[in-house]
Amino acid sequence: MTPGRGARVWRALRRNPAGMIGLVLVAVIVLAAIFADVIAPFPDHAGAVGDFAAMNAPPAAPYLLGTDTIGRDMLTRILFAYRLSLEMAVVVLAITVPIGVGIGLLAGYLGPVTSYALMRLTDVFLSIPPLVLAMSIMGFLEPSALHGMMAVSAMWWPWYARLSYNLARAEKQEGYVLAAETVGAGVPHILLREILPNCIPAIFTKMTIDVGFVILIAASLSFLGLGAQAPTPDLGSMVADGAKYMPDSWWLTLFPALAILLIVAAFNLLGDGLREALDAER
Amino acid sequence: MPPLLRTLLSRLVASVLVLAGVSVLMFLIARVIPGDPARIALGPNATPAQVDALRHERHLDAPLPVQYWEYVRELGHGDFGTSLYSNRPVRTDLEQYLPASLELIAVAALLMVLLGLPAGVLSARFRGSAPDVAVRAAALLAIATPAFVWGVMLQLLFAYVLRLFPIEGQLGANLTPPQAVTGFLVIDATLAGDWRVLLDALRHLVLPALALAMAGIGQTARLTRASMVEVYGTPFIEMARAYGFQERRIANRYAFRPALVPVLTVLGLDIAALLGNAFLVETVFGWPGVSRYGVEVILHKDLDAIMGTVLVISAGFLIANLAVDLLVAWVNPRIRLAGERA
Repeated sequence: MTPGRGARVWRALRRNPAGMIGLVLVAVIVLAAIFADVIAPFPDHAGAVGDFAAMNAPPAAPYLLGTDTIGRDMLTRILFAYRLSLEMAVVVLAITVPIGVGIGLLAGYLGPVTSYALMRLTDVFLSIPPLVLAMSIMGFLEPSALHGMMAVSAMWWPWYARLSYNLARAEKQEGYVLAAETVGAGVPHILLREILPNCIPAIFTKMTIDVGFVILIAASLSFLGLGAQAPTPDLGSMVADGAKYMPDSWWLTLFPALAILLIVAAFNLLGDGLREALDAER
Repeated sequence: MPPLLRTLLSRLVASVLVLAGVSVLMFLIARVIPGDPARIALGPNATPAQVDALRHERHLDAPLPVQYWEYVRELGHGDFGTSLYSNRPVRTDLEQYLPASLELIAVAALLMVLLGLPAGVLSARFRGSAPDVAVRAAALLAIATPAFVWGVMLQLLFAYVLRLFPIEGQLGANLTPPQAVTGFLVIDATLAGDWRVLLDALRHLVLPALALAMAGIGQTARLTRASMVEVYGTPFIEMARAYGFQERRIANRYAFRPALVPVLTVLGLDIAALLGNAFLVETVFGWPGVSRYGVEVILHKDLDAIMGTVLVISAGFLIANLAVDLLVAWVNPRIRLAGERA
């Protein structure tokens, strides 16, 4: 991507109010997660130890979002849970995007036999509903945040394989690829230096939206007890634990639930904004 | 061979291949992940002799291809193995729990179409104005909220606070379920003419079905809108306007039909989301379906039951997709019937 293009995309994004809201929310959430130690009102409450004197306090100063059943500040725990969620999303995408894109590019560029085999393999993974595959993998592993990331990764790469397959198949016919073939460029050169750069905007847009959806699926797993375990602060398990105390201690469920909604929506808005900006630029 | 039939056959072959792939994949996951399935199944208190006996009984001491062949051979006889969690044949469990899930998913799919399509049409017709902004914001909210959060929130508001709907389960404790004919509670109650049970069953369905459908409603509304907006840019809509047709007629008749095709095409993916989210919604609402069974057997590391549940769900997904493909072909006769569509 040339610098001029980046500037044009930025200008288009700036004119898109929804996209800018997304960008600001994402920036605020990411910064809050990174600096959770500094800005969280009760950093000690991220662990197992609470304050029994302030058990189950409804939202009021100094506990803006209330406290949980063992007196831990909910705001603190949500900030640290954001950190874990974002870490998970980054790890999952760092594993799945290269694998998925690699398989997709190969399938899209190489001959029909390789393409058929690779895409049917992709179909196998896509024909198990996403959450079901992750859950069944978790069924054989001890529940933990790390295993959760592995399980989510196993279901995530096929989406990138399918996306880059379609992109590569379209690019394959383009003059610049034919030109590279004519001068005798090897397959790795054509895939990585010729085709890939033209696929990056679409892949990057999908990644932005996916940060939110990885967080959503990870939260779903931990809601079922198949993710991070206590005392790690985790949005999904916070909702599950809080649901036991409904409707009296509503803040235990409502705030972590809203926190999930906020982060997923923020990445969605930003991703949609980016896509529209890229489309407009083209 | 007529093209429609040929498409159907090639899709059918691909589906069978994919299903075989799913079984191999699940089989590998179950065997490759460290941990002895027999030991996991029996728990830490079992003696080594017991573990060896189970391992032998399940052919776990045989080479992997032999194990897989044994599994498929038994599957061919309709034998899904035995659940160690319920102590019953997995097939019996699945037969018992499947109808409740199908009922829930069917109602959710219906809500998805009945609410999502009109919302998308409305949004596209009034794009840029208040209804459009409202629909788009609502759709984003619906998609960005996990199904379990919808479940918990709907439960909190409509069951605990407003007491409009029951909190959980499929039928009130004071009612006796009708004689099982089809296994589907709503259908059985209708057949038995038991209106009290039917009404109660429907009331129990509302919240879980809505929680399950939310993401799909949002997705459908978004896609319908995007697709309609594209159709609005075509010359034939311009012509309809030039003829002075009412906007309403243009939206509902001329723009809607062509816009429906891309929406239907991705309906298959929405169904995948429904099947996955059913695990969360059934857990929240204590719904006696196959997904809640799935969660239980996964938490209990019940090998055969996990395999059986995943295979049945994947088969359901493939069948639904096949049906969607046929629907698309039926709605749009111009669709490329042969040839590859990724």
